[in-house]
Parts: sequence; structure tokens; C-alpha cells
Amino acid sequence: MSAIERVTPRDPRVPVSPTLAVRVAILGGIAMVFFGVIFFRLWYLQILTGEQYVHQADVNRVRDLPIPAPRGEILDRNGNPIVSGRTTNAVQIVPEALPPEGAPRDHLYRRLGHLLGMSPRRINTLVEDGRSAVRYAPVTIKTDAGPGVLTVLAERAQEYPGVSQQPVSIRAYPFGEMAAQVLGHVDQISEQELKLKAFRGVQAGTVVGQEGLEFYYDRYLRGRTGVQRVEVNAAGEPVPRALAPTPPIAGHNLKVTLDLGLEKEGEKALLEGIEHARAGGKPANAGAFVALDPRNGQVLAIGSYPGFDPNSFAKPLTKSEYQALLGGGSAPGRLTDRAVAGEYPTGSTFKPITAMAALQGGVITPSEGLGSGQCIDVGGEQFCNAGHADYGAVGLVEALKVSSDTYFFEVGERANSHGNVIQQMAHELGVGQQTGIDLPSELEGVVPDAAWRARQNRLELACEHHRHVPSCGIVSEVRPWSVGDDMHLAVGQGDLLTDPLQMAVAYSTLANAYMNGGEGTVVRPHLGLEIDEGNGGLVQSLNFPAVRHVHLNDEDLSLVMEGIHEAASQPGGTSADVWTGWDQSQHPVYGKTGTAEHLGKEDQSWYMCYIADPKRPIVFAVTVEQGGFGAETAAPIARLMASEWFGKPEQFVSGTSKTF
Amino acid sequence: MPLSPIKPSEEPAALPPSTRPRLPLDPLLALAVIGLGLCSVFTLRQATRNLVPGNPHYYVDRQIIYLVLGGLFMLVLARIDYARLRQFRNAIYAALIISILAVLALGHAARGSTRAINFAFFSFQASELGKVLLIVSLSAFVVERSRSLRERDTTVRVMIAALVPAMFVIAQPDLGSGMVYMVVAYVLLFVAGTSWRHLAALAALVIVSAAFVLVAAPAAGLNVLKPYQVARLTAFLHPSSNPEKEGYQQQESKIAIGAGQKTGRGANASQIPNGFVPESQTDFIFAAVGEQYGFAGAALVLLLYALLIWRALRILVMSKDLFGTLVAAGVAGMLMFQVFVNVGMTIGIMPITGVTLPLMSYGGSSVITTLLAVGLLQSIYVQARASAALKGRVVRN
Repeated sequence: MSAIERVTPRDPRVPVSPTLAVRVAILGGIAMVFFGVIFFRLWYLQILTGEQYVHQADVNRVRDLPIPAPRGEILDRNGNPIVSGRTTNAVQIVPEALPPEGAPRDHLYRRLGHLLGMSPRRINTLVEDGRSAVRYAPVTIKTDAGPGVLTVLAERAQEYPGVSQQPVSIRAYPFGEMAAQVLGHVDQISEQELKLKAFRGVQAGTVVGQEGLEFYYDRYLRGRTGVQRVEVNAAGEPVPRALAPTPPIAGHNLKVTLDLGLEKEGEKALLEGIEHARAGGKPANAGAFVALDPRNGQVLAIGSYPGFDPNSFAKPLTKSEYQALLGGGSAPGRLTDRAVAGEYPTGSTFKPITAMAALQGGVITPSEGLGSGQCIDVGGEQFCNAGHADYGAVGLVEALKVSSDTYFFEVGERANSHGNVIQQMAHELGVGQQTGIDLPSELEGVVPDAAWRARQNRLELACEHHRHVPSCGIVSEVRPWSVGDDMHLAVGQGDLLTDPLQMAVAYSTLANAYMNGGEGTVVRPHLGLEIDEGNGGLVQSLNFPAVRHVHLNDEDLSLVMEGIHEAASQPGGTSADVWTGWDQSQHPVYGKTGTAEHLGKEDQSWYMCYIADPKRPIVFAVTVEQGGFGAETAAPIARLMASEWFGKPEQFVSGTSKTF
Repeated sequence: MPLSPIKPSEEPAALPPSTRPRLPLDPLLALAVIGLGLCSVFTLRQATRNLVPGNPHYYVDRQIIYLVLGGLFMLVLARIDYARLRQFRNAIYAALIISILAVLALGHAARGSTRAINFAFFSFQASELGKVLLIVSLSAFVVERSRSLRERDTTVRVMIAALVPAMFVIAQPDLGSGMVYMVVAYVLLFVAGTSWRHLAALAALVIVSAAFVLVAAPAAGLNVLKPYQVARLTAFLHPSSNPEKEGYQQQESKIAIGAGQKTGRGANASQIPNGFVPESQTDFIFAAVGEQYGFAGAALVLLLYALLIWRALRILVMSKDLFGTLVAAGVAGMLMFQVFVNVGMTIGIMPITGVTLPLMSYGGSSVITTLLAVGLLQSIYVQARASAALKGRVVRN
């Protein structure tokens, strides 16, 4: 209470009642306590743990939007671009700027879908997927929308809220289907891929290589994604304030061993051969080719039919379109690279390997006459020549020239008692194992032997027992290895499974051993040549050391090479007529036809050849599924490619030899 | 005190009222008010620059007008003898109730909640002005019963006189102002000298009813407060459990203040300018201070409030009569409660109650009400000095 009393001037204090004094003191005390608590709390928040709140505030305000790095180009061995980038306009949706969910958004999707020729549901799916991949980033709905559509969107922007058009750089494959499976394609990285070691450090939303070279050399091609830091407000809208971007680092260029001219010719020739076979009533629905430099394993051309247009992956692809690419039923898959992942018996193209094995293993002598008669009889089973031809008892060179099956059946029969001589030679030359090519999808193949047979039998029995089914199809019948298996292998049939690339490696080994007096090299086939800067400067040349060195008996090898040279050049040789008019003295051809039999299907046409040249020797492997005899379809394709490679007039000459 | 402008030797023993010199206002109180007003303007200028698209000065311009207008009211009130207001206590109390009811009725007519009556240029929040009206009328009432302060009847009547407008205000709904009313009444009784027993009983009653309103009643399906109010009141106890809703505002406010660190983020501030803390121009203005000016700025503002509250308590003691003492006590209680609850709310140690930060928060009603209260303090100061001069005494500042 403020009972004011008179005081002397010497005491200037206003007296206050004790009760009031105490209570005001209590109020003041409370105030001091509260101020103390608040100061302590502020000190804790701002001084002690302020750093942490700065970080949280940055998490709030800054959104990192990726700036895609320009992907490196893929160039052929002469520097011609095979894969490059192309700038186009993309229709994009900024999810945060869309009208509210429900009727307004559905209405927008309907109108936009009508404009772009897409279903509203598809637009919604793309937006939702994109939003979950990278938040706050615009989602591409359509690329190459066409000038008409873009004009409409530009002029009536306010009618399409959240829709914008942006120039984007997309991957361009100017040659369409050419080498599509080998080049691969690109796509936004998937959630599973993010976990892969190959993509360590790659951010969600980055476009990475899928399949083929795009995948294998992705870490060189992709560059480093830049970051556009965008400040946003509480509603997620960008605030205009310049934050320093981290510019992207462009990917390096990849120079490959392919020769664009030969590659184009290979694709064209394969199609020509297939059309020829179809004209002859064969289904000829798939095929593949490989051209290899036998000295070092550089892949000069490689292709597989049917293909696909990698540009279509930039659209983006719908599920049904993707299913169509995978194939199914009678339609062969378009994504499969048959040159490295086709698993086939090779027919008679295997015979030089058998011959080499038999000679080196002492199974036969070169001049010994074998295989007389149309058929030979082993264990109650008939093994016959194609068309029941009778070549009489012939020596090795002649047997290769005319492709006598009975000769090689006898070789196979004898070899069976010498252990796995054929199998060992096949493995030594590079068949039945991965070649180590710089592609992701290579298969191993099979060169069957007794141990393999026993293993398959065990697997089949275990499977049948486990699943309670009469057959699992691992082997057609459970039986032990027999002499017949070796006889079939000797002519490239039976359980043999390999692909054009492995055969090309085997022929390359024979070829380079032939060049070097029997000292051969199993090359590692490869496509990568060097990694270059965008301006052409070399970053790194790629080295693919030989898989191993082999020593072949020079005399034996010369006989085998003579046999297949005669087959391609001498009258009566299986592919001699295919090479009519070819200057054998300038570019001697060492070629072997093959016709692989498949149960219930048209024969598979094969051709393997090595063409000698001091500067540009080359090995071709060509196969056409259900294409008929080797000389008929595959060999002419090889000739077309050889003509291109050596600059000779091109001419499709279908051979007449009807040999396996 | 060095700032005492009146030296005893210079002061004549008595002067006729006509020749009495105009006594100066309390300079420290004026300093605190001007300082806080400037802090408010500077903080709002940054914090609200993105709030109204195309008009970055919208809030600052208006706040300056409110501060100037309120300052004029304050000067006028400072020159009036507050003691004269005593005789109008019933009219003042009636004005309080009527204005609050009018807002309630208008709000009801608008089929929604309304805390303000909208005039053409100004929306008038009756509950804010009501704080001052209640302080004056309740103080006068307590003075009247100063001889029976120990009676239970007095305590009950005073509390009911505050509770009636408080209930109406809470129904608007403006929980914060309602709580201020009750606190004002309690502080008045406390300073007037009500017995400890009564005060303790009232405190116990508050605890029991809070428990009832927040826990027991909702459990029984009876919502005294709106569910969002209950959620806001209890959210600070578990801030991370619901960061999307109730806890969000407080969490973002803490981030803003913490990110200010020692000296603030200045132009780098993002939490407030980018709108991560809703109501950062009004209830959460302290978060804006914390982010922009850091610990240094927040400490300066708090020191100004300490000065303000110290002057209020000092003037309380200086007052020439009980009425002045009680009015000053009411103002001091109001300021203390609002500052501590508001700042505590922004730093996560108090519930969100919708109490403004006096003088700092944007808003005409709040600013002018606070300045009126300060005007009352100045008046008490001036009258105390005049009275002391008249009686030949020196009042210590």
C-alpha cells in the first residue's frame, strides 16, 4: 500500500508497507526467474545448438534440383558419332504447381491428354512416379511433342497450370536399330539399380545406361550431375534468390572399335540374307553377326536381328510397348543380343576345332581315309551325311572342304576313347566360356562332356524328385554319356551351345596362330577403344590383354586351314560358289559353312570365315535362325560384309551346297 | 538515481497548481517503449517482406501508424490524472462487457469466430482493449473494498468480476486474452494484500480446473475448449510427436531462433521470410527477432522488456495512492504474463496460447492497448512526482 507519510527531506525514500514490499519483491523475483530461464534457453538454442538449427533451416529452405550432365557420345573407330545427344522440347509438369487434386486436376489431365494424345491415367502415373523419384523436380510427360502442341501450350499457358515446356537434351541414336542391343539405351535409374555397385554415388533421377555399352561404360559416359539449389518457401514454391549452382560435369566420349561402314553393311547384309531365306520359304526370324580383328579381338561389327530403336526409350515407353520388345511366343525377343547371348549348336563350323583336336591328340593322321559311305553305324544308331551324300574315304583336308559328316562322326567315335580331346580343344580356343567382352549380357555356353552329362542327370533327377514332375527338361532323357554324344559334338551338334562371338574368338585363335607359326592368342573381344574428352583429347585408352596364349602344332594347323581354305575356294568346296569372283590370291578366304539342326524347326544357317590380309585381317561369324543351309544364307552375308571391308563390289551370291 | 530530473534544492516547497511546471515523464519507461517500438518496426520490415505479394511494406507501414497513434494516446493519458478514472469504474466495466458481447454477437451473426469488429480502416479487437478496461475497473473495485481485503467475499467477487469477461472472451475464441484477465485479477489481489490462504486456494483451483478442462472433460466427451486449443496447449509437452500439425509451428519457431545463433542470419534469414513459421508477424514475432538478429538481438529485446517491467514495478511502489499501485500492478502483471508466455511459446517451453508480445507483435489493438497501459503508468509516475513535490518530498526514481 502506498500509505505516504511525511518524511524529512533528508530521507528521500517513499515508505512502503512491509506487505507490499514483500509482494512486489516476489513479483520481481518471479520476473527475474523467468528472464533467467528464457536467457538460458536462448543461450542453449542459439549458441550451444545453433549449428544444428542452421542445418535444419537449410533442409527446410533449400531444394537441390539435379542439373543433368551431358552424356558422352559414342564414336566409331574413325570418330563418327554412333550415339549422341539431341536437344528437343519436352512437355513437363511441375507437381507442386498443379491444381488441387480431384476435379480440377483431372480436368487438366484430360485436356492435356487430349492435346498430347495420351490417356489422363498415364499422365497421372508418370507424375506420381516422377514425384517419388525426385521431389520438387519437374516431370517429363512427353518429348518431341511437335510444334503445334508446343504453340498451344505456349499461347494458353494459363489454361495449363503446372505444365511447362523445357528444352531437354535426350540421347539420340541416329542409326536407329543399328547395333541396338550392343549400344544399349538410357533411362532414369531405377530403385534396384541405385543399390548396384556399378551405380555407387549416382543420385536418384539420373539418367544412366541400361544394357550394352551404355551400361558397361556408364561411369565414363554419364559425367557428374550438377546441382541447382533452389530456395523454397513453406508452400514449396521457389523463392527468387540466386544460389550458386554446381555446374554438371559432362561425360566423356567413348570411342569404340566398331567400323560404322562395316556395321551398317552388316545390318543391311543380314537383312538381305534373311529376306533371301524368306523368299526361299524359310521363317528366318532371327540372326546375328560378328566381325573380329583376329589379331587383337577388336569387334569391327556386331549385330543382332530383330532389333529395336533405342530412341523409343526416350518417349517414355509404355508397359505394353516394353513387353513387345521382350518378345514371347513365336516372336523372338528384340532386346536379346544374339551375337553374345544366343545359345546355339554350330553345325559344321565346329569341324575345324574337332579336326585340330583330333590331329593334336593323335586320334587321326591327316592322310588317313575315313567316312566312306552315306552313313556310319555306331551302337545301332545311324549317323549320315546331309542328303545321304557319299564322299568316299577322304583325308582331313578333303573332309573339311566337302564337310563330310561321316568323316567327323568317325573322328568323334575315335576321340571318345581318347578322353575329352575335342572338349579340351574347344575350351582352349575359347568356346564354352565367357569371352570377357565388354558387354553386360554375355552367356557361357556349353561344350558337353561326360562329367557335364552326369551333372545334368543329377540335376534333372533332383528336380523331378523335388517338384514331383515327370520331367524338368534339364536333359531330354536321363542317360549316361555315350559315344554318340562325342560324335554329335564332332560335327557341332548334340548338346553343344555357343554363340557367334565365341566361335569368332575360336576362329581368331586359329587365324592368329596360323599367322604366327602355331603360336596363338585367345583374344579378349572388345568394343571399347578409348575414353576421350569432349574435345577429342585422350583420357584413357582401354586395354584388353589376351585371355591366354596357346601353342598349336603348326603342321596340323596348316592342314586344317588348308581344308577350310579349299572349302571356300576350290570347286566342290562347300562355300566356294559363294566366293565366285573373289580374288583369293589377294584375300584368301578360310571359311566353313554350318547347318545346325533343331528339332521341329527349320535348320539354322551358319558361316565362319577368316580372310587374310596383311593389314586388315578379319574373322566373320554369321548365323541366321531357321535360315536353311550355311552356304545358302549365312555365307553370302559374310561375303557382302567382306566386300565392304575390302572395298570390293558387293554381290549377294547364295551357295548351293546342301551340307550340315 | 542519476536520471532524476528534479533536484530537491531546486524544488519549491509548494506551488499553486497554475504555476506548477509540467513534470517530465519517466524517461526509462519511455526509453523501453521507444526501443521496443523500433525493434518491432525493424523486425517486421524483414519478416513481412514476402507476406503481401507486391507490397513488402504493408505490415511495417501499418505498425508505424499504430505505434504513432498509440503513442499519442499514451501522451494524452500520461497528462490525465488517472485517479479520476476511479469514479467511472462501473461505466468502464460496462464498456468492457458490452464491447466483448458486441464482438461475440457479430461473430455469431457471421456464423464463425470473430475477435474483432471491423471498421473501415481498422479492425478493433475488443478483448485487447478489455485488458486495460479490466485493470482500471477492477483496481477501482479493489480499492473500494480495501478495508475488507481479508474477507473471502472480496476475493470471490474480484475473481468473478474478471471471470465473466474472461469466459466471453474465451468463447470468441481468444484463450490468451481470457487468461490475461484472470492473471490481472490474481495479481491485483496479490499486490493488494489478500491473504496467502486465499491466493493458495485460487492457485489450487486453477490447477484443478486446468486438469479438468485439458484432460478429464475431453475424456468424458465434453469440450470446454475447442479441441485444437487443447492440442495446442499440450503440444509443447511432446513437440516431435506431431510435427505436421500442432507441433509444427513451435518446431519451426525453434529452428528459426536456433538458426539465428549469436548475431542472426540477416539477409540469409529463410525461416521467417519464407513463411515456415506461421503468424511470425504477430504471435511468433520473437522467432523473427531470434532468426534475424540472433542471441544479441533477442537479448536486447528481453532487456528492454526487463526495463519495462522493472519500471512498472517501480512505479507501482512510487504511486501516490492504492489505486495507482493496483493499476500499475495490473499493468505489470499483464506485461509479465504476456512476455513470458509469448517468448516461452516461441522457444518451446510454454504452450501455444495466442498471447501477443506487447509492442512487438503486429496489430493495432494490441499495440494501442499496450501503449494505453504504458500511458497509465506514466500518469501514475507523473502524479506521484507531483504529489511528492507538493509535499516537499523527493521521489526516488
